[in-house]
Amino acid sequence: MTDLSHLIPQAQSDFAASANMNELEIAKAKYLGKTGLLTDALKGLGKLSNEERPAAGAAINVVKQAVEAALTSRREALLNAEQAKQLAQESIDVSLPARAQSTGGLHPVTLTLQRIEQLFHSIGFEVATGPEIETDFYNFTALNIPEDHPARAMHDTFYIDDANVLRTHTSPVQIRYMENALKTHKTPPLKIIAPGRVYRVDSDATHSPMFHQVEGLWVDEDISFANLKGVVQDFLQKFFERDDLTVRFRPSFFPFTEPSAEMDMSWNGGWLEIGGCGMVHPEVFKHVNIDSEKYRGFAFGLGVERLTMLRYGVNDLRHFFNNDLRFLSQFK
Amino acid sequence: MQFSENWLRSLVGTNLDSQALSHALTMAGLEVEDMQPVAAPFTKVVVAKIISVEKHPDADRLQVCSVDVGLAQPIQIVCGAANARAGLIAPCALVGAQLPGIDIKQAKVRGVESFGMMCSSKELGLTAEATGLLELDSLAPVGQDIRQYLDLDDHLLTLKLTPNRSDCLSLTGIARDVAAITGAATCFEEIKSEPSDTADRLNAVVAEQQACPRYCGRLITGVNAQVSTPAWMVKRLERSGLRSINVLVDVTNYVLLALGQPMHAFDSAKLSGDITVRFAQKNESLRLLNEQEVSLKSDDLVIADGSGPIALAGIMGGQSTSVDETSTAVFLESAYFTPTVIAGKARRLGLCTDSSYRFERGVDFANTRLALEYATQLIKQLCGGKAGEVTECLGVLPNRLPVKLRLSRLVSVLGIPFAEEKVAQLLAQLGFTYTLEQSVFTVVPPSYRFDISIEEDLIEEVARLHGYDHIPAQAPVATLSMLEAPEARAHQAVLRNRMVAAGYQELVNYSFVDEAWESDLLANPRPIKLKNPIASNLSVMRSSLWGGLLDSLVYNLNRKQDRAMLFELGASYHYATAQQTSFTETTRIAGLAYGSAKPEQWAAAADDVDFFEIKAHVDALLSDASALLPLSYEKAEHSALHPGQTAQILLDGKAIGWLGKLHPKWQQHYNLTKSTFLFELDVDAILNRRIPAYQDVSKLLPVRRDLAVVVDASMPVSTMMAAIKKAAIPMLMDVALFDIYQGRGVAENKKSLALSVLMHDTQKTLTDSDADSVMANLLQLLQNACNATLRN
Repeated sequence: MTDLSHLIPQAQSDFAASANMNELEIAKAKYLGKTGLLTDALKGLGKLSNEERPAAGAAINVVKQAVEAALTSRREALLNAEQAKQLAQESIDVSLPARAQSTGGLHPVTLTLQRIEQLFHSIGFEVATGPEIETDFYNFTALNIPEDHPARAMHDTFYIDDANVLRTHTSPVQIRYMENALKTHKTPPLKIIAPGRVYRVDSDATHSPMFHQVEGLWVDEDISFANLKGVVQDFLQKFFERDDLTVRFRPSFFPFTEPSAEMDMSWNGGWLEIGGCGMVHPEVFKHVNIDSEKYRGFAFGLGVERLTMLRYGVNDLRHFFNNDLRFLSQFK
Repeated sequence: MQFSENWLRSLVGTNLDSQALSHALTMAGLEVEDMQPVAAPFTKVVVAKIISVEKHPDADRLQVCSVDVGLAQPIQIVCGAANARAGLIAPCALVGAQLPGIDIKQAKVRGVESFGMMCSSKELGLTAEATGLLELDSLAPVGQDIRQYLDLDDHLLTLKLTPNRSDCLSLTGIARDVAAITGAATCFEEIKSEPSDTADRLNAVVAEQQACPRYCGRLITGVNAQVSTPAWMVKRLERSGLRSINVLVDVTNYVLLALGQPMHAFDSAKLSGDITVRFAQKNESLRLLNEQEVSLKSDDLVIADGSGPIALAGIMGGQSTSVDETSTAVFLESAYFTPTVIAGKARRLGLCTDSSYRFERGVDFANTRLALEYATQLIKQLCGGKAGEVTECLGVLPNRLPVKLRLSRLVSVLGIPFAEEKVAQLLAQLGFTYTLEQSVFTVVPPSYRFDISIEEDLIEEVARLHGYDHIPAQAPVATLSMLEAPEARAHQAVLRNRMVAAGYQELVNYSFVDEAWESDLLANPRPIKLKNPIASNLSVMRSSLWGGLLDSLVYNLNRKQDRAMLFELGASYHYATAQQTSFTETTRIAGLAYGSAKPEQWAAAADDVDFFEIKAHVDALLSDASALLPLSYEKAEHSALHPGQTAQILLDGKAIGWLGKLHPKWQQHYNLTKSTFLFELDVDAILNRRIPAYQDVSKLLPVRRDLAVVVDASMPVSTMMAAIKKAAIPMLMDVALFDIYQGRGVAENKKSLALSVLMHDTQKTLTDSDADSVMANLLQLLQNACNATLRN
């Protein structure tokens, strides 16, 4: 029996020379196919004597295993190479921009209103609303501003007809809410904010004929002017996320509150006016049948655009209503 | 109200400096809106007299002046002013003077030494323009500092007074409040009654005593109205923003400013008969001092003589009886008119006079006669003349009722402790008289305080004098209870967030719009009109949000944007009834999409938005509502939209909105080159939502079969889907459209619909024959309901 161990390097060399799976299969057939060299050798075992056969068989098997190992190894190498090639072909520039959707955004006034609602909600204020086309009665008379009162001249009012106006402030919502509370047998404490659009016949760099206010009202048995200052100051500190903000009250006059105050906020070493406030006037309570001996209340009105301008550093009121996308997209 | 700080200081002895005084006023409720120095700071300018003038040897326009500046020797000054002449008294800036923008040095002007500068009012910063040297009175003391001589170390203060504080519409009133605020003492000159020189008297009859509870008048004869008003009075008038007119008018204006009492001077030579205070009669009219001719109404209070109305009471005098320099006798009027009689009248006539402004807020009725006495004294002093007897008609003056102030109420309203003595002290500072019993003050307000009638008025006074700054910011102590949080109702913020997620930018547009948008774009024949719009293109209330969206689109396209997705959430306004007397406001959410659906990029084609893309956005807004109620899109027509691409949106059969493509004619009108889609929905109709309720999840898998049917091309797919839903075929779970085909192999006017059909049974696995039977039932249904045929 001839020694076949020389076939091992020969097969290894043939396999290595195979550039792809097809060639490797042909090379395999040369050794392990039906008429392959090793197959033939195994077939030749039958011609040997019983004494010779085991040793010869074992020798062939050693060679066969080595050849098969070489084949498997080459096969894996070829597969890996093919896969690597395919992966290389599928490679992309991951730095390319994503398939873009347009991104929308909220108006800055909405952002402010949502923050205001969130903050007051956290101490139990509900949101109340009322009509923007308001009757003369709710906008003025019920707020203790009778016809021909000089205070009416403070409001540059848009009129629809003799009995209806575009509301000049969000204060009428106070009246409507308290009236309704009484009808539904809801008793104080009443805590609301009323955000919304208001209108004044005034248009220049610092006045818009339409703007937004938030009215606040808290009616309870034991609520004071000092509490009003406390709530407003707390709000401003949380809204601007600055603990050092303080609020200053200046005596003022609104027919529907007494004592009344203008609210100033400390800002960059000075004071900025941010709204008006006061204790609900007994005449207003009388209009809505709330006993002003038993209950007291405070009310305040904040300018939403003003707060927005301060919060985001906007320097021109007119931006809010021009709707220039280059402005609005800054608030995404 | 504007006034001179020095005038105020002459009436109250405060030692606060200008800044501190201004701050104290503001913090006590008399807001100082503006404080301006009368003159810019400058030094070393004196009253000087030009002794002689010679021509400059080398310059035609210059003169060499010898000027007396109050020193031992005159000084030489080169001057270019045209009015420089010998004898002129004018300001002179000496060497070393610092004027606004210039330092004065000894200099050679074209070779001639000059030791100072003669000044114009502009050079002293007193006026913006000047035509020559400031000419001073011939009696001005040469050598005196000009700041002292012209009283230039003064400020102009402007108060922004609230309507309740009519008592501060005079220097006396402001001084009184300064005294109350600071505790300083006032130093008012006592006004004595001026004895009559003659028995001359004009009879006055007050027919309307309620409207005019007090009327005083006095004739002064033999006056010389040609004299010029003294400089001190002109200065105080001018620093209060009033121009000097003639000495008689100036005196009445001066008394108005000093005491707050509006006065009127009639030329008595132009009067005929008695004076009557009455309401206007039918068809009466009056030509006012400002030349305005007014037709009088029956509630206009007038002063009349034998000829008819001669003044609109408390508002303005008439032209025919006005005084001027030629007047030699005057009838002076000082009256108290009831605020409600004057209120609103001036505004109705488009007038606001110093007089009406005060009367409609309240004038001190205790001062009526004193003001007349004061004016008489001033006229006699300045113009000579003889005073007649005072005519006084007195009706029932307002009664100042006592007001109670409970210490306990004060403490609880303000939220801070107060001692009785402190309150007593503050009331005394205000000059309020009171009695105190068991911690209750009973206060009688003075005649000049029209704003004190209830306890809160006194609480405010005490708080104001105590100082709002001394009231701490205190968190309330209150009972806590949680707010309701209804899960079945979504917040508007949910809709906004869905829009933002779909790529839309929120806008806020005006609620008033161009009437043409309403009438043309929205075919609204009767929009709600404003009586006094701010501009003609903002004259009606919007009934839809689309106008504003389109306008904003155009605005942004003009700024180089090439696509836009915009939305707004806000009210639309409608008449509630045919009578147009009541209104409804509905909150809408509206969107607009223009140009390509996606931003320009490498990864996607720049396809323009189409109907179904926007419909997906609308569906997203409606996802809560449509889980509760049937939703449908029905072909319809709208004035703004393309007739073939318009859907009216129905929820449970009720119209809640629109979706469609902008009509080509509007596309053209707005110069839009790409397709534009619009939608609008009623917000209140779509916020209800389903609270999730668990249902069994089947362990058995569904079976899918596909089906292709041919139907009429014009048949809406929604009709077929509705029929399938309604039939509720057992075991049929869902049918979905996955392809539509028209063309070769399908007859004209027909379309082929490819449907995926999902079937299941919660109890058992479906067999083939089960599925066959469902498919057969479905086909049968489609044949019957939609005239469908199975596609081969």
